[in-house]
Amino acid sequence: MIPATFDYAAPQSLEEAFSLLEQHGDEAKILAGGHSLIPMMKLRFASPEFLIDINNIPGLSYIKEEDGYLKIGAMTRESELETSKVIHAKYPIFLDATKLIADPQVRNMGTLGGNLAHGDAANDHPALMMAMRAEVVISSAEGHRAVPIDEFFYGFYMTAVQPNEILTEIRIPVPGPGTGNAYHKLERKVGDYATAGAAVQITLDQQGVCTYAGIGLTNVNPTPMRAARSEEVLVGHKPDAERIELAGQYASEDCSPSSDLRGDEEYKRAMVKVLTKRMITKAIERAHSKG
Amino acid sequence: MKKEITISVNGEKHTLEVEPRTLLVHVIREHLRLTGTHIGCDTSSCGACTVLLNGKSVKSCTILAVQANGKEVSTVEGMATADGLHPLQEGFKENHGLHCGFCTPGMLMRAAELLENNPNPTEEEIRWGISGNLCRCTGYNNIVKAIQYAGAKMRGEETPSTEPEFV
Ligand SMILES: Cc1cc2nc3c(=O)[nH]c(=O)nc-3n(C[C@H](O)[C@H](O)[C@H](O)COP(=O)(O)OP(=O)(O)OC[C@H]3O[C@@H](n4cnc5c(N)ncnc54)[C@H](O)[C@@H]3O)c2cc1C
Ligand code: FES
Ligand code: FES
Repeated sequence: MIPATFDYAAPQSLEEAFSLLEQHGDEAKILAGGHSLIPMMKLRFASPEFLIDINNIPGLSYIKEEDGYLKIGAMTRESELETSKVIHAKYPIFLDATKLIADPQVRNMGTLGGNLAHGDAANDHPALMMAMRAEVVISSAEGHRAVPIDEFFYGFYMTAVQPNEILTEIRIPVPGPGTGNAYHKLERKVGDYATAGAAVQITLDQQGVCTYAGIGLTNVNPTPMRAARSEEVLVGHKPDAERIELAGQYASEDCSPSSDLRGDEEYKRAMVKVLTKRMITKAIERAHSKG
Repeated sequence: MKKEITISVNGEKHTLEVEPRTLLVHVIREHLRLTGTHIGCDTSSCGACTVLLNGKSVKSCTILAVQANGKEVSTVEGMATADGLHPLQEGFKENHGLHCGFCTPGMLMRAAELLENNPNPTEEEIRWGISGNLCRCTGYNNIVKAIQYAGAKMRGEETPSTEPEFV
């Protein structure tokens, strides 16, 4: 399978990329890792007239803590997240997720920015970003704007990124002491998209009271979903078995999965409940182990 | 709308004109006639098309040739040297790591990066490491052994026994 004809440029700077976007408008598409876009173009689900390859623009790939944020450049590959020291030391949720995203070859190409900009609720990173309440930095010739993750996903394949804009950075508030996070997805086989997935971040104070809860769900809703009622049932309380049970129950009631080859609706709701409970428990364990 | 690209393949520079939509695997197989790299699924699932791009294993059916401009590509044809087979090739031969051989070039290229990053992988690390490569014949056990054999050889250790496992 070969994509429909298109023209291609690989600019060396963001300025150059912005002027190409200006010139080609919504006929153009950004090419990052290409591992969602190229398969779609081969199947002719997408046929952009112009591809702007941003792989040669320096300075878009980094992982660093700065000004109270974990900042990740949009072009950072999954494989770079997997081997980053900062990630290993403080953000195990990324290791939970990357291990289950596609396979090593795809992870050598796929980028965090592309995973979010694709705007697909089947992708795994959106749920993590919800759990950690990330902000997405979007840039254009006019400057930068930071969009909270809750305002980023508009609909199927639609995000806050406008045709003249490029997603340049992901910012995650550095979690305080007593924080743990975890992700798991149920998949039929290695490399498959999630039947259902749950990302959880929990912060506990000295008394063991939950002061922060973030819960995001994968592939059980038309857009990536925050399990808001599940978070509310935890914050301000000691997360005991009863509250964790309720949080799982609410998540399974509030999502809206569709029946497909991966399972019917009832099964997916049941899995959301199990996964949400397990990930809350795991995040709490990790919060305790870090003190 | 053709673009001129220069890629180095197994150390040899090639300059060619390609349409932007041309896939890297097609340049390798059809323009350069290096047919060791296979096309299995054409949908980034099976790994038969795996090559190294600047040392990283990638699925060449899901990369545009223009993306490889200025980069180094390594394919299975570049593995053996004048001194003989690469330890991975030797490992696959000794351990019956292949039956029909269709998946083998992709397995070899993937395993090459795996051992480069992790010279002494555990069995579990090898199995996760080749999780993007499908084999319809061997049942994987002898592929895992082949990679362990190559790892040992490349570390300068005694190679494990090569009794094949029949499953
Ligand atoms: C076999 C296979 C299995 C997979 N399994 C999983 C999985 O289990 N979980 C998962 O989450 N993903 C999975 N993926 C998808 C993979 O992770 C993709 O790499 C990812 O979704 C997109 O990232 P990319 O960098 O490849 O983006 P691209 O494919 O280059 O781009 C995707 C979209 O986002 C836009 N875009 C990309 N970057 C930017 C930017 N910086 N600014 C503005 N727009 C941008 C593009 O224009 C395009 O519309 C799988 C892919 C394959 C091929
Ligand atoms: S042919 Fe490329 S992954 Fe199967
Ligand atoms: S040896 Fe036949 S597919 Fe692997």
